[in-house]
Amino acid sequence: MSKGDQTGPQIRRFMCVNRRAPYGTSYALEGLEATLAAGAFNQDVSVVFMDDGVFALQRGQDTSSTGLKDFSRTWGALESCGVEKLYVERESLEQRGLSAQDLIMTVRIIDAQALGMLMEQQHVLLNF
Amino acid sequence: MKFSLLVNEGPYQHQASDTAWHFARAAIEAGHEITRVFFYHDGVHNGSRLSSPPTDDRNVVVRWSELASTHEVDLVICVAAAERRGIVDAAAARRLHKDADNLAPGFRISGLGQLVQMGVESDRLLVFGD
Repeated sequence: MSKGDQTGPQIRRFMCVNRRAPYGTSYALEGLEATLAAGAFNQDVSVVFMDDGVFALQRGQDTSSTGLKDFSRTWGALESCGVEKLYVERESLEQRGLSAQDLIMTVRIIDAQALGMLMEQQHVLLNF
Repeated sequence: MKFSLLVNEGPYQHQASDTAWHFARAAIEAGHEITRVFFYHDGVHNGSRLSSPPTDDRNVVVRWSELASTHEVDLVICVAAAERRGIVDAAAARRLHKDADNLAPGFRISGLGQLVQMGVESDRLLVFGD
């Protein structure tokens, strides 16, 4: 693709917001699948975990007695799809008695106000 | 303006699909374009041809089919979400060795790339969910 090419693929800022716990409903798992698709299509993707969505990254998940797939490690696959901007809302963590040490990966922890400003910069906000 | 709609809930259980449909009609009436309606999670059930609501209630599935035929709105059902929930077109039924198919007219089954593409191509993407 040359510099002057105006017909190249467009890149937009997509933010995928996870607000629900990883188990109990399918929103988190299917939300992750949609996020991976956005990354695979080379969009500028950010991922946010807020409200009960922060539980998706909690260390020590054990689904063995439920027959459900433990997909917590799949969040780590986002990086290989070029999705590296992961954010956790500070207030959501604190309200649930969690801290960075309780999470399975290193993410940027930001407060609600900063998150709001980030959201304003997005072209597309996907909420699952 | 070009709007694309993401519908995350099935018919009747949630009002999300109704709201999305009302929005689509209002937008079209006001001269806007609906780029695509993408159905995800339980939203895939909006494409079930077998839905049979009581006659004194609105027919959510048929309303979507009519929107597709009258205004050429592109209705896309996510393939992964659909297969889990048992929404299949004729081709999928053959491929998956199912004894029936149930996709309503006006809908097509495709991948999450269609969701990404509509986000790229439309001016605003709206999410209708719980």
